[in-house]
Amino acid sequence: MQRRSKIIDANRIAVRFSGDSGDGMQLTGSLFSLTTAAFGNDISTFPDFPADIRAPQGTISGVSGFQVHFGKGVCTPADLTDVLVAMNPAALKSNVSFMSPGGTIIMDVDNFDKKNLVKAGYETDDPIIEDKLQGFNIVKAPITSLSQECTKDLKLDRKSILRSKNMFALGLINWMFNRPIDYTRKYIRHKFSHKPEVMEANLRILETGFNYGNIIQAGTPSFHITTTEPQKGLYRNLSGNKAVAWGFLLAAEKSGLQLFLGSYPITPATEILQELAGRKDLGVKVFQAEDEIAAIASAIGASYAGALGITNTSGPGLSLKSEALGLAVMAEVPLVVVNVQRGGPSTGLPTKTEQSDLMQALYGRNGESPLVVMAASTPVNCFDYAFYASKIALEHMIPVILLTDSFLANGSQQWKVPEEGDFPNIEIPVSRQKPGEFSPYLRNSEKLNRDWVCPGMEGFEHRIGSLEKDAETGAVSHDGPNHEIMVHLREEKLKRVANFIPPLTVEGKTEAEVLVVGWGSTYGHLHTAIEELTNEGHQIAFAQFNYINPLPKNTGEILSKYKTIIVCELNLGQFAAWLRNHFPQHRYIQYNKVQGLPFTIKELKEFFRKNLEELK
Amino acid sequence: MNNPHTIIQKEEYKSSQNVRWCPGCGDHAILNSVQKAMAELNLKREEVVVVSGIGCSSRFTYYMNTFGFHTIHGRGSAIASGVKIANPNLKVWQITGDGDALAIGGNHFIHTIRRNIDLNIILFNNQIYGLTKGQFSPTSKRGFISKTSPFGTIEHPFRPGELAIGARGNFFARTIDRKLNLCTEVFKEAAMHSGTSIVEVLQNCVIYNDKTHEELTDKEEKHDRTIILKHGEPMIFGKNSDKGLVLDGMQLKVVKIGENGITKDHLLVHDAECQDSFLHLKLTNMEYPEFPVALGVIRKVKAPVYDQEVIHQIERVQSSSNIKTFRDLAVEGDVWEVE
Repeated sequence: MQRRSKIIDANRIAVRFSGDSGDGMQLTGSLFSLTTAAFGNDISTFPDFPADIRAPQGTISGVSGFQVHFGKGVCTPADLTDVLVAMNPAALKSNVSFMSPGGTIIMDVDNFDKKNLVKAGYETDDPIIEDKLQGFNIVKAPITSLSQECTKDLKLDRKSILRSKNMFALGLINWMFNRPIDYTRKYIRHKFSHKPEVMEANLRILETGFNYGNIIQAGTPSFHITTTEPQKGLYRNLSGNKAVAWGFLLAAEKSGLQLFLGSYPITPATEILQELAGRKDLGVKVFQAEDEIAAIASAIGASYAGALGITNTSGPGLSLKSEALGLAVMAEVPLVVVNVQRGGPSTGLPTKTEQSDLMQALYGRNGESPLVVMAASTPVNCFDYAFYASKIALEHMIPVILLTDSFLANGSQQWKVPEEGDFPNIEIPVSRQKPGEFSPYLRNSEKLNRDWVCPGMEGFEHRIGSLEKDAETGAVSHDGPNHEIMVHLREEKLKRVANFIPPLTVEGKTEAEVLVVGWGSTYGHLHTAIEELTNEGHQIAFAQFNYINPLPKNTGEILSKYKTIIVCELNLGQFAAWLRNHFPQHRYIQYNKVQGLPFTIKELKEFFRKNLEELK
Repeated sequence: MNNPHTIIQKEEYKSSQNVRWCPGCGDHAILNSVQKAMAELNLKREEVVVVSGIGCSSRFTYYMNTFGFHTIHGRGSAIASGVKIANPNLKVWQITGDGDALAIGGNHFIHTIRRNIDLNIILFNNQIYGLTKGQFSPTSKRGFISKTSPFGTIEHPFRPGELAIGARGNFFARTIDRKLNLCTEVFKEAAMHSGTSIVEVLQNCVIYNDKTHEELTDKEEKHDRTIILKHGEPMIFGKNSDKGLVLDGMQLKVVKIGENGITKDHLLVHDAECQDSFLHLKLTNMEYPEFPVALGVIRKVKAPVYDQEVIHQIERVQSSSNIKTFRDLAVEGDVWEVE
C-alpha cells in the first residue's frame, strides 16, 4: 500500500467515537479497542453514555461517546481527545472543549444540516468558525451518503443502512492507525450470521470507510503508535465490572465453595449481576432479589449455609443494606459487598463517577460496627481485589466492602489471564473442634475469627444471631461488661487483618518532601501526573491506598517521612478525614473534585506544581 | 449423634437455653408442637435450620437444638431463602410474627411465596406488637385500641391467608395455639410439602392482647365457630357435627344437615389440591360470626420449586457447556497471545 504524506509518531493517542445514543458508538469503540490491544498496545477505555435510554435524537443530552486511549504506558482513558469522530453536530459541540490542541476531527458532514445544527445549539451554519476550530485538522467525511451509496443494491431499508454507518467510522479509524480490519470483519460475520443482507451491508460500509482513508490520505494524518513489549501470555480486554465478577469466580474455585450472588439491579453495578447470571456453567447461584435488602440478606443466608455469599450495589443500595451489614458484623459471617460508587447523595448522578461513599462504607451502620473496607484502583485490578476481598472475608470470617466506581466499572484495559500460581488458595477456617463439643465462639488466636461451620455438619448445631453474645459461650447476653469485651474483640479482629495485607508502597521521588496520596480509582491519573512531574525534574512522591480499613501497617511510618501530604479524592475530603483521624500530627492539603468526572492529569499537575512552588 | 435408624425424641430438639416467653404465652405450645412434629418426622437435627427475624416469636430460634439464625426485623424470609437456595438439602423453617412478616417484612414475605422457595414459614398471629409492648399490628381488627391507636385503628387488617394466596401461594394452613394436635399435624404437612408453606397460628398474647382469639377457643362454642378442613372430606362442623358448608351461587353458605332437605351429600368436599384458588380464598376469608373460621390445610398445590429449579438450570447449562473451570472461561473468546 502507498504510504501517506503525513505520518505522526506518538507514544499514546486518544480516539473518541461520539454520536447519538442510537449510533452504535459504544460498539464501535469496543471493537477498535480489541483490534488495537491485540496489535500490541496498552489500552484504557471509557464509555460516556446518557442516563436516559433514548434521550432526544440530535441533542447534546443524547450524545453517547466512547474514548479509547492506546499506546505505551497507558494508565488512564486520557484527559483530552486527539482524534474525534463526530457523527452529528451535538457530538461535536459536546466534545470540542475536550480536544487536544491541533487534534483531528472527523465529521459526518451529511448530518451537519441546519436542523441538526440548531438542535445542537449552534447559532450559525458553520460550527468550525463558531467553535473556533480553525487550528484543528478537520476531515469532512460524507459518512451517511457513502454508506448509503455502497449498499444501494441491497434490499435493505434506510434505517438498517443508517444503523450500520458506525462501521464507516471504524473502517476509517483503522486505516488512520494502520490497524487491520480482519477482527471487525470476523465480528460482523458472526453477529449477523442469520441476517446475510445486514452482514453484507456492514462489511461493505466498513471497507468503504477504510478505503476512504486511502482516497483522501493527503488530508488525513496517519499515526504510528508505539507498541509495548508485554509479558508473555494470554491477554484479553476486561472492564471493571466484569473483572469484579470474574474475581469472585476465581475466589469460589480457590476456596472450593459455591458462589452465591444476591443482587438487585442498580446503575452502574448491574453488569456484575448480569455477568454472574450467565455463569451457571460454573455453578454460580444468582438470586435477583425483590430489593437491595433481600439481596444482601439472601447473601448472608447463603454464606451462613456454607457458600461464598456476595452482593453488589451502588450508593443508594448500600444505604439500604446498612442494617443487614450490621448483622453480618455481629454474627461474624463472611460476606463481600461490592459498592460501585456513583455521584450522590440520593439518586444523584447515576451514570457518573464519584468516591463519596467512603464514610458510608466505614461508618454507615448502627453501633460500633467495624468491617473491612478496600478499594480497587484500575479496571483490571478489580479482579484482584474481588478475589482478595473474598479471601479476607472467608479466612477472617468478617464482612468486606469493596469499593469501585462508575469510572472503573465501565472502563476497560488489557488484562493478562492469570497463570496457575498467580493467586493463592483460600484456606477456609473449617472447625477442627470435636462434634458434640462445639463452641461457636471459640476463636483462632491469630486472626480472632470464629470457626467456619455450616448447617448439615453433625454435632455442630448451634445458634447465632443479631443479639449480643457471651464472649465465651456464644449464648445471648445483655451483660454490660461482656458487651464491652465483645465490642473491643470485633474491633481487634478487624485490626488484625492488617497483618495479612501488603504494605503501602511509594512511587515517584520517594525522598521528596511532598507525598501525594490517593485511594481507589484515581490511581491512573495520579500515577501519570506524578510520572510526568518527576520526568520534568520535580521532587514529589506518591502512594495509592487500596486497603482503607484497616490501613496497611506501614502507613504511619510512610506518612511521617513527608513534610506535606496532599490527599486527592473525588469527594470533599473523606479519606483525608480518615487519615487525620488516625495520624493527626501531619500536615494535610486536600485536592477534591465532585463533577461526576475523574481527575484530569492537567489539573492535578497544575495543583501539585503550585503547591511545590509555595512550599519552596 | 443421629443415626438414621434411631428415632429422635422430642426432647432432643430442645436447646439448653431457658425459654423466656411470658408464662401463659401461646408461643410455648407452638414450640412444643414444632418439636413434636420434627420428632415425628424424624428430622436430623443437623439438617434443620430455624431462621427468624425480630419479635417475641423470633426468639424461638434460641430454644431449638438445631442450627439456628436469629436475624433482623422482617428479613427472615430473605435470609432463609439464601440458606435454602445455597443448600436445598437443609430443612429450613422460618419463625415469624404478624409484624415481622406482614409489616416490616411484607415485601420479602410475598416474593418468597411467589417464588415458591421450599421454606416452612410459621406465622404467629396475635394481632399485636408484643416485644415493643402493645402497639397495633397489620392484623389488628379495624377499630382496635392500643397504645398507638388510643382512639381505635382506622385501617383494614391483612388476612394472612388472603395475602399468601394473592401472592400465588401454594400451601396455606391455619391452626390455633390451643390445639396442640392440630398444630403438630399441620406443621408436619407443611414440612412435607415441597415449596413455600405458610402456617398461620392464631396465637394468644397473654399480656397485651389476651383472649383475642377467645371466641374460637371457647370450650363450649369452639366447634360451632371453627371448621377443621381435611382434604377429601365433606366440610362438616359443629358440636353435633350437624352443620356444613355449601356453595350458593358464587358464595359460601352455612347449612344445617336435616333442614330443608340438606344431607351430607350436598356439602362441599374439601379439595386442598385444586390449582384454582377461588374456593381456597373463600374458605380462608371466612370470619366468625357469619362463618366458622377455617382451620387445617386449606391449600396444598404442587408447583415448580425455586431452589430445585436453580439446580436443574445449572445442571442443564453445565451438561452442554465447555466451560468447566475459571480458566476455560478466561481463555474463551477474544483472547490474544503474546509470545
